[in-house]
Amino acid sequence: MTEHTACTTDGHGANAHPAWLAHHFHSARQQYESGKLGIWIFLLTEVLFFSGLFCAYAVYRANHPAVFVDGHHLLSTPLGAINTIVLIFSSLTMAWAVRCTQVDQRKAAAVLLAVTLLCAGTFLVVKGFEYHHKWKHGLVPAHEFAPDEQYLESRIGAHEDGSTLGRDPAQRVRNVRTFLGIYFGMTGLHALHVVAGIIAIVWVLRRTVRGDFNRQYFGPVDFVGLYWHLVDLIWIYLFPLLYLIH
Amino acid sequence: MAAIPDSAPAARPAAADNYLTHARGLMSWIFTLDHKRIGVMFLALIWVAMALGVLFALILRAELADPGETIVSKNVYNRVFTLHGAVMIFLFIIPSIPSSLGNFVLPIMLGAKDVAFPRLNLASLHLYVFGMLFFLFTLFVGGLDTGWTFYTPYSTETNTWVIPAVLGAFILGFSSIFTGINFIATTHMMRPPGMSWFKMPLFVWSLYATAIIQVLATPVLAITLLLLAVERLVGVGIFDPDKGGDPVLFQHFFWFYSHPAVYIMILPAMGIISEVISVFSRKHIFGFKFIAFSSVAIALIGFLVWGHHMFTSGQSPLASTIFSLLTFFVAIPSGIKVFNWLATMYKGVVHLTTPMCFALLFLILFGIGGLTGLFLGAVAANVHVHDTAFVVAHFHYVMFGSAGIAFIGGIYYWWPKITGRMYNDLVGRICAVVVLIAFNMTYFPLFIMGVRGMPRRYHDYERLLEKNPEFFDLNVIASVGGFLLAGTLLVLAANLLFSLVRGRPAPANPWGAATMEWQCASPPPHDNFASPPPVTDPYDFGNLTYDETTGGYVSAP
Amino acid sequence: MSDSTTTPQTETHDGDHGWIHIVPARVLLAVFAALILLTLVTVAVTWVDLGDLNLWIAMFIATVKASLVALYFMHLRYDKSFCTIVFLASLVFVFLFIGVVLLDTLQYQPDIQQWQRDQLP
Repeated sequence: MTEHTACTTDGHGANAHPAWLAHHFHSARQQYESGKLGIWIFLLTEVLFFSGLFCAYAVYRANHPAVFVDGHHLLSTPLGAINTIVLIFSSLTMAWAVRCTQVDQRKAAAVLLAVTLLCAGTFLVVKGFEYHHKWKHGLVPAHEFAPDEQYLESRIGAHEDGSTLGRDPAQRVRNVRTFLGIYFGMTGLHALHVVAGIIAIVWVLRRTVRGDFNRQYFGPVDFVGLYWHLVDLIWIYLFPLLYLIH
Repeated sequence: MAAIPDSAPAARPAAADNYLTHARGLMSWIFTLDHKRIGVMFLALIWVAMALGVLFALILRAELADPGETIVSKNVYNRVFTLHGAVMIFLFIIPSIPSSLGNFVLPIMLGAKDVAFPRLNLASLHLYVFGMLFFLFTLFVGGLDTGWTFYTPYSTETNTWVIPAVLGAFILGFSSIFTGINFIATTHMMRPPGMSWFKMPLFVWSLYATAIIQVLATPVLAITLLLLAVERLVGVGIFDPDKGGDPVLFQHFFWFYSHPAVYIMILPAMGIISEVISVFSRKHIFGFKFIAFSSVAIALIGFLVWGHHMFTSGQSPLASTIFSLLTFFVAIPSGIKVFNWLATMYKGVVHLTTPMCFALLFLILFGIGGLTGLFLGAVAANVHVHDTAFVVAHFHYVMFGSAGIAFIGGIYYWWPKITGRMYNDLVGRICAVVVLIAFNMTYFPLFIMGVRGMPRRYHDYERLLEKNPEFFDLNVIASVGGFLLAGTLLVLAANLLFSLVRGRPAPANPWGAATMEWQCASPPPHDNFASPPPVTDPYDFGNLTYDETTGGYVSAP
Repeated sequence: MSDSTTTPQTETHDGDHGWIHIVPARVLLAVFAALILLTLVTVAVTWVDLGDLNLWIAMFIATVKASLVALYFMHLRYDKSFCTIVFLASLVFVFLFIGVVLLDTLQYQPDIQQWQRDQLP
């Protein structure tokens, strides 16, 4: 970091390197396109990272479809839908913030980034409610798994979803555990990525306010935005897979 | 063509300002953004990891030299082979060539000033150190005994230290991913004008193919290890049949990464061999496009064969059949490469320098290692030799005998460029011959024992001696070979370290190679090049003549 | 490769601005509206019982939404095609992974179910 700041007398000919153009790149375009390729490859790794959990989901749902039908009654579809809309809105504000940065509308960009953060926070709060609710009814699949039987009966037993497994209480507990393991695994990992996204957005917000970006240098905002859109993308699949099972 | 002389022309001091002298102080190293310094630090750490892995190996071989319990109990033995495998794979072989030699050489081969993302590169180094610390911690608190493959259900139940080890591997995985991202972006975006993909050195191609695997496969390992850690901490039940889980699922997850991982190990090694064989045969590489495309083919087909580690796991016969067939396909591009290398040497003028000796060693040992992979790919044969010493021999021939040997050859090839010093070539060549003998002494007996039923991961084989008395002698030969091999590695390292003190200063191009890194001084300046040198065919040596005064090659005007 | 809906740069630079593409605000809003609409549709579809088809319809709608996000919010429509290749490649490998593992586990489910039946008294 210390070696590559403002090398204005670098001997690069007529165009000395502005502070935001790294020493090893010869043009703003090369820097931007390299960064873009880099972040897309990183997003590729994130997709593969989540793929393990999607694979576990596919395997268990294929082998025990009734478990998933039963299990989804433990989730609140309205809350899931709210979170979906919140994230989609945050993707809009994020993409718009990138646009504003590109046209030097610094204040608007900062406001939009702040709104994105607000949405991210809202998502986590809603998630927090959902998780707390599960914990209250003993539905967190840990070493000691002791779900509230009455609660299970009220949510699952009440539905004639065609799952004979749901009839036997002991079997129901075992199956619910599998479903919840996958639910917490997938949404938990996703939530961790939301937290990481928040940190990244705070960082670009700070740099935006500081005036780091300009019409030729907006890469970091763009790339954090791409990451954020991926977080949204993953939720777009998680929502129907977990909340909309019938 | 003149031979490479040992006698030194008038000694000259190293270039006034090079990357080593550019900035001083510990902080200038720990927080450097210079890919060359990062590569050198990786090299030093990787040597430490290798030494640790070799130490564990020597304990294993000492134990196996005698049938009964010799120097360690069975519980300690289990921990030693687990850590030997984990350290060698995650801390040594996987990062070895890309993070050390790759980091140093790749940008210079492209005439660039640095990799695309220098800060990501530094992060990769720091993550490597953290991963190493996690492994050292695991070692100090008593280790783990699951085998480096961490199979469930044992890994979820054992009370040894699984979590720090898997967290260490998780962190090391990100170190690897960051290197992969960097190399792909650098190769795409930072080639000089005029260097098309087909004018790019084959070492770069091999690092590119490796990087593809690093970014696609490593994340799956990451989620696998995370799930294992969560399973141990929280007991979710994903791999536990009692809780509705499936232990074979762990194996699918694990091998989806770990099979492509072996191609992460071998592809950069093959890249080095392409460079070395061409330069020291003084002949253009034969079949450039074939070698280039075969690197990518190995990377991609390598993702289709992971089930060949699972033939006896309970995997369905249909899946086993498909995986077996695909395993035979993945051998083809490797075979293409070997033929191209041999064709390169044919009618060339071979200079038996140390790097070339190691390249030849590679051809022999890779031939054996690769071919024995085919036996393992056949389901029927595999059932017989799975989990025996046969498998151990196969993967040591390819991981150590091929990738490891190419790594040593690569270090010896680029050492003058990295350090600005020439080493004693005769010592290197003698070591290569000793390695040939010692390596085969150590590992060939394992093929024989494996076919006859010697299991792997067993610390005691007394009961087997009744039916197979030859196991006694074969194990002794293997153990003697192992110690001889370790001693030779020590000499090889000492030879290089000694050159730092007493080696003659290296010219820019001691070997007469035509790739760009040999156009800058040895060691290179901080910026590599003020502007990239003109792009030429990287394997055309016609322009290079030997200059007696410098002891190196120069481009003819 | 890049759509020339850029706003003209007025400062003195060394020429080439074809690489900077700014998505028009109306495109962003239109995509947003479409995404919300599709979210409502996907929830509504669950009120109709179509058996197994429900899952595939949900996945189809999710994929349409994902494509909109990728093409417009994430710019793939206007970027170099290599980025799209990178993204699609990740999906290819995910499908390879999930596909083969599913193939395997489904193959031996009958054996497991047989064993479970055999355990019953």
